[in-house]
Amino acid sequence: METLLHLWPPVRLTLELATIGTLTLLVLATPLAWWLARSKRGWKEVIATIVSLPLVLPPTVLGFYVLIALGPDGPGGTIASLWGARTLAFTFQGLVIGCIVSALPVVVQPIRNAFAAIGDRPLEAAATLRASPWTAFWKVALPLASPGFLSGAVLGFSNIVGNFGVVLMIGGNIPGRTRVMSTAIFDYVETMQWREANILAGGMVVFAFVVILSMILIQKRYAMAGA
Amino acid sequence: MRLRSIAAAFGLLWLGFVGSAEAAKTHVAVAANFTEPAREIAARFREKTGHEAVLIFGASGAFFTQITHDAPFEVFLSADEERPRLAVEKGFAVPESRFTYAIGKLVLWSRVLDVTDGKATLSAGKFSKLAIANPNSAPYGAAAIETMKALGVFDALQRKLVRGSSISQAFQFVDTRNAELGFVALAQLHGVTAGTRWLVPEDLHSPIRQDAVLLKRGANDEASKAFLAFLKEPEVRTIIESFGYSIE
Repeated sequence: METLLHLWPPVRLTLELATIGTLTLLVLATPLAWWLARSKRGWKEVIATIVSLPLVLPPTVLGFYVLIALGPDGPGGTIASLWGARTLAFTFQGLVIGCIVSALPVVVQPIRNAFAAIGDRPLEAAATLRASPWTAFWKVALPLASPGFLSGAVLGFSNIVGNFGVVLMIGGNIPGRTRVMSTAIFDYVETMQWREANILAGGMVVFAFVVILSMILIQKRYAMAGA
Repeated sequence: MRLRSIAAAFGLLWLGFVGSAEAAKTHVAVAANFTEPAREIAARFREKTGHEAVLIFGASGAFFTQITHDAPFEVFLSADEERPRLAVEKGFAVPESRFTYAIGKLVLWSRVLDVTDGKATLSAGKFSKLAIANPNSAPYGAAAIETMKALGVFDALQRKLVRGSSISQAFQFVDTRNAELGFVALAQLHGVTAGTRWLVPEDLHSPIRQDAVLLKRGANDEASKAFLAFLKEPEVRTIIESFGYSIE
């Protein structure tokens, strides 16, 4: 019981981080994915590539750049100075930013694919029925792309839960503020508290299993519904 | 036919790589704070003895876990005395081989504030973030906590602490100026001129003894035993001191 009380704060913080991060990601990724799917500009793939970079870059590289960007020399320091702080590193907001950067590609990709799969037809049909582009987007495109949003949300959420490198680099491991599950596990292993490490790590394995299984089931269901 | 000869060529190449990796060498797990001196020592070791010391750098805590799971290391240069002692106790290391190869020195370092009078800076507390290494796993972090307690400023500063997973990360936080100041190892400031520093008086914390130990895997290995003996040579002790450690 004592142990569980000890383990709960990083779990709660991780869930908060992943929830807020995923919601923010959906808001950011939707217009971006829409533009990437619909735009005819040739250089949009350059933007798509930049968005996808975190998939390939080692988390340490990403974490190091985010650490600099959040600090006094970067844009993060400028934002932090609005409320008199020097840096966004070591804050919950900083973690959200770092996690969003690394999870953006896994959220944008499925949503972009879903938008692209709709094609021009349904939107043209909506236009002939005198729906404004805005209405067409809300009433036609969004519902048709909902499997993509679901995939994006699940992948984004689990990416944030599993984030280790970036969180370690910018968090400062402050209990209750920046000490999340992945860094807590690292800590427990480092300090030879293997029982605690085992409980959290086991929880992560179960979580990952549930996520992947539900993804497969979602895809199967939509595939059948579409057929 | 051609495919088969290509496959054979790859096979030979692969065997070549694997074979070369098995040549007589000693694998040394080195605590991150000892990176620079270890490189220099390994180079001298090769000149003097012809043996090669393959250095693996990392956090002592992670090394200990790996050693208890049969990691391929023959020598362990820890950042503390606790883990080599435990390695002996749990039967992963040769008991009589353990000795203190270096004693670490703690420094308060800043690239933002003037910390030449560290005690005054800490008491004034006019900063928002103070970086330390994780006190639970890194001895430099524990020494930093002891220092703050000895100065009577710990309670006031507790909320301003940010913990790096290792002393390297504490250094990084200060170096990128995300934290205004931090406790780092003097060895890390070797060759660094930026910022101001305050060498923490050694009576403010218990000595940061860094112990070396011969692991069971290297118990009968000439190169590994030679490397540990080499660490005690006067020439090597001079190198260690030049990087900002003391020697007993």
